[in-house]
Amino acid sequence: MSLVARHLEENKIPTVVVGSARDIVEECGVARFLFTDFPLGNPFGKPWDRQMQRSIMDMALSLLQYAWQGRTTVQTPFTWSEDETWRKTFMHVSEDQREAYKKLGDARRAEQAKVKKPG
Amino acid sequence: MIKRTPYRSFLSYIDLSREYYAAYGYSTPYAWISHQQVPFTRLEKPLSECRIGLVTTADLEKLPGDTKQERHLLRKVYAHPVDKAPENFYTRDLQWDDESTHTDDNDSFMPLNRLAECAENGRIGSASPRFYGVMTDYSQGKTSKKSAPQVLEFCKADGVDAVILPAL
Repeated sequence: MSLVARHLEENKIPTVVVGSARDIVEECGVARFLFTDFPLGNPFGKPWDRQMQRSIMDMALSLLQYAWQGRTTVQTPFTWSEDETWRKTFMHVSEDQREAYKKLGDARRAEQAKVKKPG
Repeated sequence: MIKRTPYRSFLSYIDLSREYYAAYGYSTPYAWISHQQVPFTRLEKPLSECRIGLVTTADLEKLPGDTKQERHLLRKVYAHPVDKAPENFYTRDLQWDDESTHTDDNDSFMPLNRLAECAENGRIGSASPRFYGVMTDYSQGKTSKKSAPQVLEFCKADGVDAVILPAL
C-alpha cells in the first residue's frame, strides 16, 4: 500500500495512508500516515462505530490538507480496549508449538510449490 | 497509575513476522522496503473542491481456487463503481488479526460510506465514482512497476485530486 502511495505522490497526487502497522509504513516512507494503534483489520475505526470512523476520516482529510512535508505521521487518540491481550496474541510464537509450526510450514511450502508448477 | 514499559507499546510487525515465519521454517527473512527519501505533493486546492479516491487491498469477492495461493495468482488491480460496491469485501486471504476483531463492517477498513458523507456535507468536493483495489504482493517490484502505475491511470481517468489508502 505504501509503495502505491509513493508512486501517486511522485506523480503529483497527494495521498494519506491510514493504518495500524506503523513500522512497516514508516520504514517504507510515505508522505502522510494516519496511525491508529489497533489490531490489524480496522484501520478506519472499530466495526459499526460510525462516530469513530467519522473522526478518522476527518483526521485523514485534515492531514491531506495541512501536512507540509513528507513523513508526517499523526496518531489518532483511540485505544482498542483497556485489556491489551490483543498485543500478545497476533502472530504469537509459542515455544512449545515449534514442532507443529514447522510441520505446517512444510505443508504450506509443498502447496506453494504445487501452485507454482501446475500439472 | 502510571504505566511503564521497557518496550515500545505499538507492535512491530517487521519483528513479529520475522519471528513467525522463522518458526514456520522459512529460512530467509522477508526484507521490507526501507526508503530514505519520501516523495511529497502538496494539496493545491481546498478539500471542498477536491475529488477524493479510496484504495483497498481487499477483494470484491472470493476468487475461484481451493487455496489462498491459487486465488492469489488470480488477483488483479481493479477499479470498481462505488454504487456497485460489494455488501462485504472478501478479506480472508489477507493477513489481519482475526482473533481480536472482524471485517464484517466494510467501513472499518474501506470507508466508502464515510467518504460519501463527506461529499454530501461539503467537506470534500466529491468522492471518486470508482474505488481501486491492489493486491498485497510479496514482490515489491510488481507493486511498484505494475500495480501502482495502474492505480495512477485509474485516478487520472476519474479526475481524482487526492487518495486515501486504508491498509488492512
